[in-house]
Amino acid sequence: MNFDLLFNNFPEFTIGGLAFGAIYALIALGYTMVYGVLQLINFAHSEVFMYGTFAMLWTVVALGGAEADGIKLIAILAAALLAAMAMSAAIAMILERLAYRPLIKRNAPRLIALISAIGASFVLAELMGLRDRVAGWFGLEDNLDDYVRGARINNSMAGVVDDAPVYHLFDVRIRLIDIIVVISAVAMMVVVDQFIRRSKLGRGIRATAQDQETAALMGVNPTRTIQWTFLIGGLMAGVAAFLYMLKIETTKFDVGFLLGVKAFTAAVLGGIGNLRGALLGGLVLGVAESYGSALFGTDWRHVIAFVLLVVILLFRPTGLLGESLGKARA
Amino acid sequence: MRRNKNVVGIGAVALTLGLAMSACGTTDDDDGNGDSAGGDGAACDVSLAFFGPETGPAAGLGQPIIQGAQLAIDEYNADAECEVGYELYDSQGNPDQAPSLATEAAGQEAIIGIVGPAFSGESDAAGPIFAEAGLPTVTPSATNPTLADNGWDTFHRALGNDATQGPAAATYIRDTIGAQKVFVIDDASEYGAGLAGIVEEDLADAVVGTDTIQAGDTDFSATVTNVNDANPDTIFFGGYYAEATILIGQLRDGGFEGDFVVADGVKDPAYLEAGQDAEGTTITCPCIPDTEPQVAEFAEAYEAEFGEAPGTYAAEAYDAANIFLDGIAEGIDNREDMLAFVNEYDEAGVTKQLNFEENGEPSEVHVYSYKVEGGAIVPEGEIS
Repeated sequence: MNFDLLFNNFPEFTIGGLAFGAIYALIALGYTMVYGVLQLINFAHSEVFMYGTFAMLWTVVALGGAEADGIKLIAILAAALLAAMAMSAAIAMILERLAYRPLIKRNAPRLIALISAIGASFVLAELMGLRDRVAGWFGLEDNLDDYVRGARINNSMAGVVDDAPVYHLFDVRIRLIDIIVVISAVAMMVVVDQFIRRSKLGRGIRATAQDQETAALMGVNPTRTIQWTFLIGGLMAGVAAFLYMLKIETTKFDVGFLLGVKAFTAAVLGGIGNLRGALLGGLVLGVAESYGSALFGTDWRHVIAFVLLVVILLFRPTGLLGESLGKARA
Repeated sequence: MRRNKNVVGIGAVALTLGLAMSACGTTDDDDGNGDSAGGDGAACDVSLAFFGPETGPAAGLGQPIIQGAQLAIDEYNADAECEVGYELYDSQGNPDQAPSLATEAAGQEAIIGIVGPAFSGESDAAGPIFAEAGLPTVTPSATNPTLADNGWDTFHRALGNDATQGPAAATYIRDTIGAQKVFVIDDASEYGAGLAGIVEEDLADAVVGTDTIQAGDTDFSATVTNVNDANPDTIFFGGYYAEATILIGQLRDGGFEGDFVVADGVKDPAYLEAGQDAEGTTITCPCIPDTEPQVAEFAEAYEAEFGEAPGTYAAEAYDAANIFLDGIAEGIDNREDMLAFVNEYDEAGVTKQLNFEENGEPSEVHVYSYKVEGGAIVPEGEIS
């Protein structure tokens, strides 16, 4: 175990862990909200995120982000953020409409919806991975070459944000991007948390989570509420996709899988169905992976993530903050 | 109903037998003619096969190999009476899929030579099956040294392995770059870890740190911090382009400004997605640059056929296919004779003198270095 490495670079490992953990947390939000309302694990949520990363990439390519700087670059990035949120939200809504609502309407068992989710996840990922051929069906592969080329390899917006400032604070090298990632992720989580707590719609979502039939009797439209839940989860996945692309700069059709598994882990770690649990779970998971990488080597990070999950669930079977809080308040 | 089914079954068997027999008949006829091109007495009704990724995440590395062998076969078929078939076994580069696919290929009696398997991992998985079937293979690209130690007499390699590429990379890092402090990263794959281990051993004291990443990961912030802590002037990465693209981007973002040296697994246009960050990267490869005079003719023909310059290992695949085709031209139509022929082979190929040692390794090996310059992978010359 390499304690020296961890202690000598403690701030760097902490920042790295927090930044990636914040992205986990934003994705975890989608898992946790859908679970809270439907008791259903939306395994296709990872693809909702993945489509967001591509919306961001395409917007940057279309608006010429590689050459832009200063105010123009910020404007392009703002447009990319909106595009990512719109794309992810749209995919989440389509999922709800096609993969879940028909099943829920017919009172299908949860297991069926789970299989439907896994199937939808494969379909969405492969559609992206075969987008050059999809474009080919419509004879558009030449016109859309910038967007469909290299459908199965890494697609990168390298160089767009390379000039982002770097700060040096007592020997510690901090990138502005990492700070942006952590702060915006936490800010978004707070906004959603307050929205669910204070707004009329949020009250509806909480009521539906507690007891769908009673909520319906009190005048809450369950279908609309479920739609809103997917929409909010999708929007947050879009923000996560934007922050992920700022930090990693590269995406691929199957990028959602590993991140989805990790974000789901974060949701369970914090207590699934619990919004604040998702934030805490994401950050704890990110930091634990980072410290673990330092101590045991980077190849052990996934082992550390899941050992941590098992240990925490042994002592707190409902996660760090508990599912019950989610049931009562989310 | 049951009875009927049986009748249909018997009918199907009879039909298959009939087809098989008529196929045999054709063979006899052709042999009887005895004037097939590619030399008198060339074998008929035989096929070669490619084994490796046609689709999947590493498809970019498979394409030039498929096309290189295709070119050799097309050239042979152009003036041959009996055309040699060409089958593609698409493993997606995945060792898990390799065994069943290899069994399928071994079951096709017409296939008497395999160009591939393309990667080390799938070679390891498929090798025993080819050895048992006595089906000779010549890989144009799998470079893990241990593959030759399995005692598969069917195994041959048309290029230098990592045990020769590793020391060449180490020589380059030590002598050409003049590195004092080297950090070695690998991707835990059969290929990457093996290569990184050799480089690490050869550079010994100059290595200031190592780390292992996981293929498929995208966040390497812990590795970057690890690198910054060791403060190296050169980094060697043993792995494939998918991770190298992201890794170099994050290393540069993290403030690393030294040299980045990688091996043949990164020598793919997909690596150039890393853009400015990839500039100046050195790539070592036992593959011959198409600027060398002896490959010029091949490169020209390849470009005319496929409309692009030959990719990595296209020339090696061309050589590998030509070994088998020479055998077929001499009338070899079964695996046993082909194996003996390949073992005894000693002719000048496009890339090198093609001759195999007892364990299937090539007796002559060259390693070249390339550099990413102006958004292209440019050859530098042979590493000596």
